[in-house]
Amino acid sequence: MEILVCVKRVPDTAENEFELNSEGNDLDRDDLVYSVNEWDNYAVEEAIQIVDNLGGSITVVTVGDDEAEEVLRREMAMGANNGVLLSDDAFEGSDGRGIAAILKAEVEKGNYDLILTGAQADEGAGQVGGMLAAMLDYPYASLVNKIEPADGKIKVGREIEGGNQEMNEIELPCVLSIQTGINEPRYVGIRGIRKVAGVEIPVKGAGDLGVDAGSVGEAGAKTKRVDYFVPDLGDGAEMLEGSTDEIIEKLIEKLKAKGGL
Amino acid sequence: MSMIIAPADYLLFGFFPTVIFSFLLPVIGVGLFTYIIARRIAPLVRANPDYRFDNIPERIKNLIVVWLGQVRQPRYMLAGVLHIIIFAGFLILSIRSTSLVIIGMSDGFVLPGLDGRLGTVYNVMKDYAATAVLVACIIAAYRRGIKKPARYAVPEKYGHDHTAEAVFVLGIIATLMISESMFEASAVAYNYQTLGNAHFPAIFSLAWIFAKILGFASLESLQGLHIIMYYVHDVTFFFFLCFLPLGKHFHVITSIFNVFFMRVKKGNIKPVKYGVSDEELDDLESFGVKKLEDFTWKHMLDFYSCADCGRCSDQCPANAAGRPLSPRFITIKARDLIFKNYPIKSGVIYKSDKLLVADIYTEDEIWSCTTCGACEQECPLGIEYIDKMVDLRRGMVDEGMVPQSLQKPLKALEKRGNPYGKMEKKRADWAKEKTFAETHTVKDLGKDVADTLYFVDSITSYDDNMQEIARRTSIILEKAGVDFGVLGKGEKDSGNEVLRFGEEMLYQELKARNTEAILESGVKRIVTADPHALNALKKDYTGLPPVKHISEIVAEKINSGVLTMKPCKNRDKVYVYHDPCYLGRHNSIYESPRQAMDAIAGLTRVELEKSRDRSFCCGGGGLMLFYEPEEETRMGVIRVNMAAEAGANVIVTACPFCLVNIQDAIKVAGKEDEMEALDFTQLIEEHLI
Repeated sequence: MEILVCVKRVPDTAENEFELNSEGNDLDRDDLVYSVNEWDNYAVEEAIQIVDNLGGSITVVTVGDDEAEEVLRREMAMGANNGVLLSDDAFEGSDGRGIAAILKAEVEKGNYDLILTGAQADEGAGQVGGMLAAMLDYPYASLVNKIEPADGKIKVGREIEGGNQEMNEIELPCVLSIQTGINEPRYVGIRGIRKVAGVEIPVKGAGDLGVDAGSVGEAGAKTKRVDYFVPDLGDGAEMLEGSTDEIIEKLIEKLKAKGGL
Repeated sequence: MSMIIAPADYLLFGFFPTVIFSFLLPVIGVGLFTYIIARRIAPLVRANPDYRFDNIPERIKNLIVVWLGQVRQPRYMLAGVLHIIIFAGFLILSIRSTSLVIIGMSDGFVLPGLDGRLGTVYNVMKDYAATAVLVACIIAAYRRGIKKPARYAVPEKYGHDHTAEAVFVLGIIATLMISESMFEASAVAYNYQTLGNAHFPAIFSLAWIFAKILGFASLESLQGLHIIMYYVHDVTFFFFLCFLPLGKHFHVITSIFNVFFMRVKKGNIKPVKYGVSDEELDDLESFGVKKLEDFTWKHMLDFYSCADCGRCSDQCPANAAGRPLSPRFITIKARDLIFKNYPIKSGVIYKSDKLLVADIYTEDEIWSCTTCGACEQECPLGIEYIDKMVDLRRGMVDEGMVPQSLQKPLKALEKRGNPYGKMEKKRADWAKEKTFAETHTVKDLGKDVADTLYFVDSITSYDDNMQEIARRTSIILEKAGVDFGVLGKGEKDSGNEVLRFGEEMLYQELKARNTEAILESGVKRIVTADPHALNALKKDYTGLPPVKHISEIVAEKINSGVLTMKPCKNRDKVYVYHDPCYLGRHNSIYESPRQAMDAIAGLTRVELEKSRDRSFCCGGGGLMLFYEPEEETRMGVIRVNMAAEAGANVIVTACPFCLVNIQDAIKVAGKEDEMEALDFTQLIEEHLI
C-alpha cells in the first residue's frame, strides 16, 4: 500500500511556556522549540504498522519553510521511506484551504492508496484533512482511532460519545484524519535522525506542483486571523497563584468552603 | 601375608587387568570434557569484544579476596560458611583426586613434593577436608531439599525448579568423599589384619571411622571394596567433571576466570562497543544487545558462572517491589538460551530471529532496573547486571522500543536539556526566591569567575520542592568559605540516567555541552548535592576537574574547624541515614554524611539493617521518576517501613531523588504523622553556626 502522511512542524506544547508577542497577534516565538505535530506522529506510526503488515511505502510531506525539513527527517528516522518538502514564498500565510490545495497538487503527482493527516494541529482547526478529501473527491473519515486494512477497502474505527466504538468500511483511495492513542509511536533518537541526515529530500515549489501562486498563500487566503489574545477572566474564574503546595492548599480551602469536600 | 592389591595391579575374575579401566576412564572423561568445553566456548568466540586485561593488580586482588578468600560468602552466614567448607575442601582434595587418577595406573604414585613431611601434613588435611565436605553436603542437602529457603524458589514464569539438580550434585560430592575415604579405609583395614600394623588415617576423620568399622570385615570383601570404591570414585569424578558445564555447577570451573575478569571500577558504564570511540559511534550498524551474540564474552561467561544462589534477586529492590525483574533469571534465561542455541549433542548453532526482549525477556523487565547495583555488590562470583541492562536498553532505544512515559522526558532533554521541558533560561531561578535572594547571591559562571562550580542538575534546578536543596547547598558553601558559582542556562542535565536508559547519543550530546561549559568556566573544582550528577561527572565524563559531593565538603570543613555545628534542635527525634545508591555503592561515600551528622551534638542516629553497601534503593532517580512500572508496592514504601522498624522518625538522605521518593512513600504508607524525610543539606544548614 502506498501511503502519504501529511505532517506539520509546530511549537511543542510540552516544552514551551507560551506568551503573546508584543503586537498581540501571535505567540512570542523567540524561545520556542518545535517538533512534529503530535497527531501526525501517530499517523506516521500507523502507516509504518500498515506497511509492516502489507508491504508498500510511506511518504511524509509537509508545507513549510526550510526548518520544516527537520520534522520530515524525524518521521523518516521513524520509518517513513520518503520525504517531500513543499516550500515556496507564495505558500506563506496560506489558510487551511490553501494548505489543502497545495497538498492536493502533491497527492495528484503520486499514486497513493491512502492519505493520512493528524486530526488537528497547533491551531486546532482540524480542517485540512476534510478539505483535502473534498478537493480530491476521495472518501474521508475523521478522528480515526482504529484501522483494519483489507483488500481494496479498509475498515476504520472512531470513538463515539460514551466510549462506544464505531467501525466503517471505506473505499480506497481515501483520506483519514488520525486521532492520538491509535497506537504507541516508536521512539526516535538523535541516532536515528543522524542516520537519515544525508537522505535527499526534494523541495517542490508552486511551479513544480502546478499550483497557481495567486490561489494560495496570503493572497489566496479567504480566512484571515484578525486577533489573538488571552481571554479576560470571566466571572467565577480565578487563577490560583503560588508554589504547587500553596496552590493545592488554596484549592482545598476553596473546595471546602463551597462544600465540595 | 600380603598387602592389599591396588587397582593398578588387580585382575578382575583372575584374568582381566583393571588397570585398563584406570587408563580408559581418564581418556574418555578428559576427551568428553574437552569437547563439551569447546562447545561452551563457541558462543564466547562469536560474542562482542570486552577489554578485561587491564588493572591486573586489582584483578589479582579480587582473585585472592573474592575467589580464594570467598569474602562475599558470609554475607549469607549459613549458606556462606557451608560454601566456604565445600570450596576449601575442593581445593585441598583436587590434589588428592588428581593423584588418585594416576594411582589407578601406577600404584604408590605420589605427587612430587608430597612424599615427605609435607605429604603427611597434606594427608591429614585431606582426610579432615573430606569429612568436613561430607558434613557440609549433608547440611546443605537438608537445607536445599527439606528446609527450602525462599530465595531458591523458581516462580512458574521462569521455568522449572532447580532443587533436583542441586541435591543431585550434593549427592555426587558426597559419593566422591565417601568412595575416596572407603578406598583408603579398606586398604588400612586389610593391611592391619594381614600385617598387624598400618598407617591409620587422621583420627575421627571419615576414613578413620570407616577403617574402624571395616576392622573385622573379611579380607576378600575388603579387597573387593577397595577396587570397587576406587572405580566408583574414578567414574564419579569424571562424570562430575563432564556434568559441571551442563548447568549451574559450571561455576566450579568458571568462577576463577569470572572473578578475575569481574568489574574493577564502580559506577561506570561500558562503552557501546569496546574499541569504538565516541566519535566513531555514528558508524555502528546497530547499538546495544539485541541478539544473544551481541553480549560481550564476559557477559556470556557471567551467564555460565551463575550458581543460582539467588542473592542478587534477594537484594534486588525491583524484585522486592514486585516488578517483573529478578536479576537471577536475567542470567538463567540467557544461559538456557545459550544451551538451546549451542547444543552439546550436535555441532549446530541455532539463531533466534526474535529480539531478546521479545524472546526471553520482556521490555518491562529491562526497564524495571534502577541500576542501584545491589545485585552486583552481592554476587560472590562477580556477575554483572548494570552493563547488561544498559546494553539491552541501548538495543531497545535503537529499535524505537521506548515506553511513552519515557519518550516525553527524553524529547524534552533533547530540546531543552532537562527532562521537564522547562526553559533553559530559568535553570537558575531557584536563586531568585525572595528570602534567599535578599541575603545571598549566586555567581553565574557564564559571566563571573569562581574557583568552584556548583553543578546543580535538573531536578534541583527545576523541581519546586527540591530547589531548597540548591539554596541550602549554596549557604553551606558560602559559610564554608568556598568561592563558587553555577553554570545557569549553560548547564544541561548530567545525563546519568540518559546513559543508563540506553539513549547513548543524547547522553553524548549532554556530556559534550556540559564538558565544554565547565572547561570554559575555568573552575578548579566541582561540587554537587546530587549523587547522580556526581556519578556522571566523576565516572562517565572525562577530563573534568575533581568532583565532590557536598557531604564530603561538609565533613572536611567540620574536621578542619571551618564549619561548626550547633547542638541538635530536635533531641526527641530519632534520625536514620539512608545511603543513596549513587553516593554509596557507586562512589563509596558512606562515612562523610554520617560523620557530619554525628558532629551535631545530641543528635540520636540509628542505622538501618540494610545500610552502606547493602542499602535498599528508594525507587531510582532521573528518568526512573517518569517510568510507570508494573509493581505491587513502591520501593520507597518498603524503605520507609524499614526505617520505621529501625525506630527512626526522620529519614535523612543526601540525594534529591531519594528525597522525592521517600517523601512520596511516607504519604503512600500513611506515615505522615510519625515520619519525615529530610535532605542532608537541610539538616546541616539548619545546624550551622
